[in-house]
Amino acid sequence: MAVQSEVLKPPRTEVGLLGWLKKNLFSTWHNALLTIFSMAFIYVVLRGVITWVVRDARWEVVTTNFKVFMIGRYPGKEAWRVLVSLGIVVFLAMLTWVFRRAEGKPRRWLVIGWLLSLPLITILLRGFSRESPFMPLVSEDMWSGVLLTLVLSIVGIGASFPLGVVLALGRRSKLPVVKVLCTVYIETVRGVPLISVLFMSQLMLPLFLPPEIRLGTVMRALTGMTLFSAAYTAENIRGGLAAIPIGQYEAARAVGLNEVLVMGLIVMPQALRAVIPAIVGQFISLFKDTTLVVIVGLLDVLGIAKAVTGQKEFIGLHKEVYAFAAVIFFIFCYTMSYASRRLEQVLGVGER
Amino acid sequence: MMERRTAVPFWRDERVLKVLAQIAFVILVLAIGWWALSNYRERGLKFSFSFLDEEASFDLAEGIAFSPTDSYARAFLVGVVNTARVASLGIVFATLLGLVTGIARLSDNWLVSKIASVYIEIVRNTPLLVQLFFLYFAVILKLPQLKMKDEITAITLPGPTYLSNRGLAMPWPRPSESFGSWWPFLVVALVVAVVLWILRARGVQRTGRPSFNLLWVVIAFVTVPVIGWLVAPGNPLALDVPVVKGLRVRGGTVLSPEYVALTLGLVVYTGAFIAEVVRAGILAVPKGQAEAARAQGFTNGQILRLIVLPQALRVIIPPLISQYLNLTKNSSLALGIGFLDLYAVSNTMLNQSGRVVEVFLMIMASYLSMSLTISLIMNIVNRRIQIVER
Repeated sequence: MAVQSEVLKPPRTEVGLLGWLKKNLFSTWHNALLTIFSMAFIYVVLRGVITWVVRDARWEVVTTNFKVFMIGRYPGKEAWRVLVSLGIVVFLAMLTWVFRRAEGKPRRWLVIGWLLSLPLITILLRGFSRESPFMPLVSEDMWSGVLLTLVLSIVGIGASFPLGVVLALGRRSKLPVVKVLCTVYIETVRGVPLISVLFMSQLMLPLFLPPEIRLGTVMRALTGMTLFSAAYTAENIRGGLAAIPIGQYEAARAVGLNEVLVMGLIVMPQALRAVIPAIVGQFISLFKDTTLVVIVGLLDVLGIAKAVTGQKEFIGLHKEVYAFAAVIFFIFCYTMSYASRRLEQVLGVGER
Repeated sequence: MMERRTAVPFWRDERVLKVLAQIAFVILVLAIGWWALSNYRERGLKFSFSFLDEEASFDLAEGIAFSPTDSYARAFLVGVVNTARVASLGIVFATLLGLVTGIARLSDNWLVSKIASVYIEIVRNTPLLVQLFFLYFAVILKLPQLKMKDEITAITLPGPTYLSNRGLAMPWPRPSESFGSWWPFLVVALVVAVVLWILRARGVQRTGRPSFNLLWVVIAFVTVPVIGWLVAPGNPLALDVPVVKGLRVRGGTVLSPEYVALTLGLVVYTGAFIAEVVRAGILAVPKGQAEAARAQGFTNGQILRLIVLPQALRVIIPPLISQYLNLTKNSSLALGIGFLDLYAVSNTMLNQSGRVVEVFLMIMASYLSMSLTISLIMNIVNRRIQIVER
């Protein structure tokens, strides 16, 4: 006699919404207690934040000054140049996204496009000469707001890259003198706060340069940023170099490549690929660290925010202004860290 | 056939090349240095630390006693002490906050873990200086005034503790005359507690029976000073209570708004980073460890305290060291909100004396030695923990 068995559905309290609630929020009595406390906490915080954002905050301080936040002291008549530069970057980024899987020719054109965009944007932003009727000079000391923050972080990380590669190779060098000097540089810079490096570049750099060379404050800040972040880039790249198996060197040597070619063709490309996520992480922290230029008197996003809080008609609106500055940074940083997580998955760095 | 030995010419001999390369490198570095130095000399600047003995003639309102007639060296010391005050308190509280949040992030409770991750994401994705500005200008300076129209308007907590835009005033114990006859009891208590701890730990190892180690130690540590308190004539420690007099607070201890903002900001910021470190450390402990412990009847709290955390610590400590170092370095942002730390004081010093290079060398030396001290201590801790591993 066959036993008829009926398939019972799982109890209603174990699946669906109820099951989820029970499993994640009310599994034990102390868990339930925690849930209730958390809900009360969320309620209080959210209510406070929402009533402030919707009712109490005077956002006109941000809306009136929006353009100031973005480009600051950049002359209003020339603002289109910033927009065109932004357009170029967005266009290139979109192309890169479209052709992200392409190999060969499109890829080469993309690289060329990105490389060309650098001098193009520099010329666009700086302009020609003071008297020129078309695109007059806007010296970099006039750049401010989000524009300055972006320029500082992008140029900072970009310029620190070659220096970082040299320092990393120097630290791994078999020549004791080179090794010691590079190590001392890296460890000293990593041991002191960024702000002291920034101040040093503002105050000390001019003392050690011949009087003919005059650097503007933005250039000096950029120099400081670059010297600072080069030490961190060097450590990241060194990590990548250490991850390359020794067999790669030996195989390349056995094929007959000399030391320079081994580095340039075999080891460095692999090492750089492995450190991309680390470099993105460093870029994010450098992006946040650009705010320190406020202390040496530059007008990046935070510098503009500080200046805006001093406006007569908006006196005492610190909360709105700094909250807005925080939101700008949050959007940039969160997007970048999300992208870097995706990048890590695509490159499969964690898996190898 | 005669073997022909061709000597390698010296410009292709690797040994010679290595030496030559190094010499060339040294010459290059020296040349850049000499060029920089000659530019420096051309400006008629002299390098000397003699200004340190001169009168500073500026006032510092934070930390150990200082008057404008004191020397530059003393001013620098004030800065160093203030940085140490911020860094030490910051490290302790950031560790606690990070530990709690890191564990909360991994909680079974969905809400708790979400709250923790929202906090971590917000803090990690905004710059510290923006947070500090917000905390100082938008929160702490917007606190109620201490007193308005003869009425205390500050937020008053039991103690009494007053929280106002003038900072935090709270009661503080101060030694009285009989303190001298009481402090030996404290020393005895410490010795007894340590001895007891070692003895009981040995007992546990010998018998394998659980014992309430910590409880015994705490009891010993509390009872001995209490006996001393009863024996000593009068109260060895008097509680100094803050009293609002006029527009100021007298007595107790007052933490300046800048100190509160800086320390709080650093704790909140570094706490989020430490939380991620703790989370990674806990995740690095194999799941089987917790499961095996649960199978043997350990409670959740015991599993965390006795099984998971001790093993996670080995992974946590090295990145924790670098977070501590970051906190110490980040305390230099004090300059942005006007707290007189080592960096802010040095800045005043170099504006006043014009000794840019000398002061920067002192700044770098102090930060480097602080970094080295922290790494040294933490490396000792690290070694002690790692030794347990087989």
